[in-house]
This record gives sequence, structure tokens and C-alpha cells, in this order.
Amino acid sequence: MSAQWKLEAKREALETRACVLHAARAFFLSRDYLEVETPNRIPAPLPESHIDALPAHPWWLHPSPELCMKRMLAAGYGRIFQISKCYRSAERGPRHLPEFTLLEWYRADCDYRQLMEDCEDLFLYLSGAMGIGTRVTYRSRLIDLSKPWERLSVKEAFDRYGSASLERALEQDRFEEVLALEIEPRLGGRKPTLLFDYPLAFASLARVSKDNPAFAERFEIYIGGLELANGFSELTDAEEQRRRFESENEVRQKRGRMPWPMPEKFLEAISRMPESAGIALGVDRMVMLFADSASIDDVVSFTPEEL
Amino acid sequence: MYSASDLRKNLRLMLDDDPYIVVDFQFVKPGKGQSLYRCKLRNMLTGSQIDRTFREVDTFKPADTEEKNMQFLYKEGDSYHFMDNENYEQIALTEAQVGDAKNFLIENMECKVLLFRDRPIDITLPNFVDVVVTEAPPWIKGDTVSGNYKPVIVETGYKVSVPPFIEQGEKIRIDTRTGEYLTRVKG
Repeated sequence: MSAQWKLEAKREALETRACVLHAARAFFLSRDYLEVETPNRIPAPLPESHIDALPAHPWWLHPSPELCMKRMLAAGYGRIFQISKCYRSAERGPRHLPEFTLLEWYRADCDYRQLMEDCEDLFLYLSGAMGIGTRVTYRSRLIDLSKPWERLSVKEAFDRYGSASLERALEQDRFEEVLALEIEPRLGGRKPTLLFDYPLAFASLARVSKDNPAFAERFEIYIGGLELANGFSELTDAEEQRRRFESENEVRQKRGRMPWPMPEKFLEAISRMPESAGIALGVDRMVMLFADSASIDDVVSFTPEEL
Repeated sequence: MYSASDLRKNLRLMLDDDPYIVVDFQFVKPGKGQSLYRCKLRNMLTGSQIDRTFREVDTFKPADTEEKNMQFLYKEGDSYHFMDNENYEQIALTEAQVGDAKNFLIENMECKVLLFRDRPIDITLPNFVDVVVTEAPPWIKGDTVSGNYKPVIVETGYKVSVPPFIEQGEKIRIDTRTGEYLTRVKG
């Protein structure tokens, strides 16, 4: 009975979800992107310290479509996007589901700065499609989506909102704690925030900044305290990427996790990849924003617990 | 041993050599970063609450607590006497240790007593108890001013809101988790 009632109460949010999906597709198609589908079931995910895949014996469900999409980029598909279900083990909370939806897009011959502008345009396109103009109310805060969004470097964010400077937080191994608990809730309150230039230890698959070699060209979008997307200027140096994967695997082993095999085909592909940028945007959280939902549970038809 | 990913509401664990219970819990994970577990915990000895954030590498010992089935025997002054159903040993809890459960304890009732190193620290009642109404204002038919509920007092001294047709001497069922009236019990 109560489950039925919950499902009925989700109608408005699910209508917002459908609208977000349709409008996002229209946005990319109008910009000559090719919509692609890559396999959800892959032999092994890319080695990352803090992301765990769900098994699909004897293979794995992809935690993101990044691996296959970059191989396409290397093969000359210069503008591609994908909306796909992704899977991550042991992630469950008001903003996390083990099965969720990512929108990823990749663009050749551009860097993270142009990608930031894509994000501004996409959100304005979505709010326009929803007929709410350029402003969205999230958790009683009126947020202005018009361009330009606030651009804030990670270093400045620590100085402005953190209990420790970036250097100190890194020294004490408190980077994530200060970022997640102190800084994130205060980002994107009036206008969306583009948090950019991450320290090299958190470079992931991003290129090292040319102007500022202690940082990587990585950024995240925050709106109303919600972390929505993670983008990079893509790293195309296969040897550098191999070293990073090795150190990610070392962290995994130290924490009792299984190391992943070196993704040789992927490494071979990125050495042929053009200068490019790519981003993964959480569709469920984007729906939370436009549906003004406090929990990710409210924007999916069924959570695992409701099945 | 528990790891951080075992954390959930109502988990009992040891922290700084005291037993704690998780009363609130939130999973937080910054993009591509490690998982953080934000918890509100209550010290089961002192009742004080603390906030703690754990990381995925943190591990904990389960609280050295043991739950025993016991029977409530009687109340004498400030102490509540229980008997262990297995070995018939008797123990006494103070009114503070019994807490809100005192509102629903009836002689011979079965309940669970939580012990920490043989010391009683908490008590869990059955979800529903049937109690006799000992004091009830009369039902005045057609009285719409005082609303749909009236206050009554039950045999344990607990005051509860019930529908106006409940009379003195009747038995009613109470949900011990919410303290609310559920239904009239016949017989």
C-alpha cells in the first residue's frame, strides 16, 4: 500500500525527468553531436581508487561509459554524447544510487573552458524547455542560471569556505572531508559554481594545466550545493595515464580492494586522441534540481529498496 | 569488526571504550573521492550525543552489549525489578535507566533488557501493550467542542489521547514506539 502511494506521488518528478531527457537530447542534436550507445557490460572498469564496479559475471557493469567513448573519440568521432545507466557498488545515500543515469559528452579540439560554456548553455536550454525562464528554485533558494556562472578555483574555495587552506588539507589528508562537508554545501547558492583546477593528486584523467603545473584541468558543477558534473581537458599522454592508473591501483590494494587490469586498448587509444574535453553529468541530480527534490529517491521510478 | 560501510541507523558500536548507538547517518561522497559517513551517535551510558565523520578505512568493534529476555516483576520506590528468564536471577533498574518504558511496564510483561558488561543500560518493550484505563472523563454525547479525542489515564499512570467512546475500566492497545492509542481491546 505505502509503496503504491510513493510511486503515485512521484508523477510530477518523473514528468520533469522525461522533460530533462528529451530537452538534453534536443540540445546536443541541435549542436551536431552524434548520440551513441556503448556496452554497459565491459571486461573491466578503468582503475580508480574510490569507484567500485558491480559484477556481471564474468565481466562488470560499467561505472561510466568513459572508456568506450574515448576509444570512439580517438577513432575520429569528434562530437558524441550518451545517456546511459551506470552502476557503482556501495554507493547509497540521499544523492547516490547504485544504479543511476549519466549524460556524458566529448568534444574534439576544445578544452575544459569551452566545456564550461557548453554546461551554461545546456542548463539554460533545459530551463527554457521547461518554461521556467532563466531561474530555478531549489530548496527555497532562487538560483540564477544566466551566463556567466561563477568560476571558482579549488584553491580559492578552500581559502573562502574551508577550515583549512588547500595545502594544509592535502598535508593532513583532509581534502575530501573539507570539500564535501564544508565547501560543497556553500557552492552554487545564487548562481551555479564551476569549481576548477584540482590538485594533481585528484587529477584523475585530466590534463595537467599548462599555466599552473601543480593543478589539473578538471572542474565540477555545483548548483544549490548539489554536485552535478565532473569534466576534464582530457589527458592524451598514455604514459602519464598509465602511471596514474598504477598509483590508483596501489591505493586500491592498500585499502583491500582488487586492483584492475591495465586497460591496454584504452591507453593505446588515448595516445591517438585529439586535444579534447569531456564531461559526465548526473541526470538524476539534474532532475532533483529542476523538480526541487531533496532526495534522489524522489526522481527515479523505483529505488532498489522499493523493488 | 564493522567497517564504515556497515554503518546504519541503530547500529551499536564501541567508540573510545563506550558503547554508542547510531541515531542518524548520512552517506557523502565527493566526486571521484572517498566515501564519508557522517554520523550522529548517542553514548548509551551517558545519553550525550556526538557528531562524527568516518572514512571508508575506519573499522569498529561491535558494542559489548548483550540483549536478554526478561520479565518485569514489580516496581518498588524508584527501582524496577526484572527476572532473567533463563537463570531466574533478578536485577533492578532505576527509573532513569528504564526511561520512557516506565509508561508501559505491566507486571509479568516480557521485555528485552540490554546489558553492557553486565550492567543494564536499555530496555526494549513489545511493540504493543494492552492496558486498563483507570481514569476517563465521561463521554458527553453531542459534545463537539472538545474535539474527537479526550485524555485518559491508564494503569501505569501514563496519560494518552483516545476517542471519546473509551470508558473507565476498558482495555486499550498502545503502540509503545509512538506512545499512541491504537484500538480498544475487547474482553
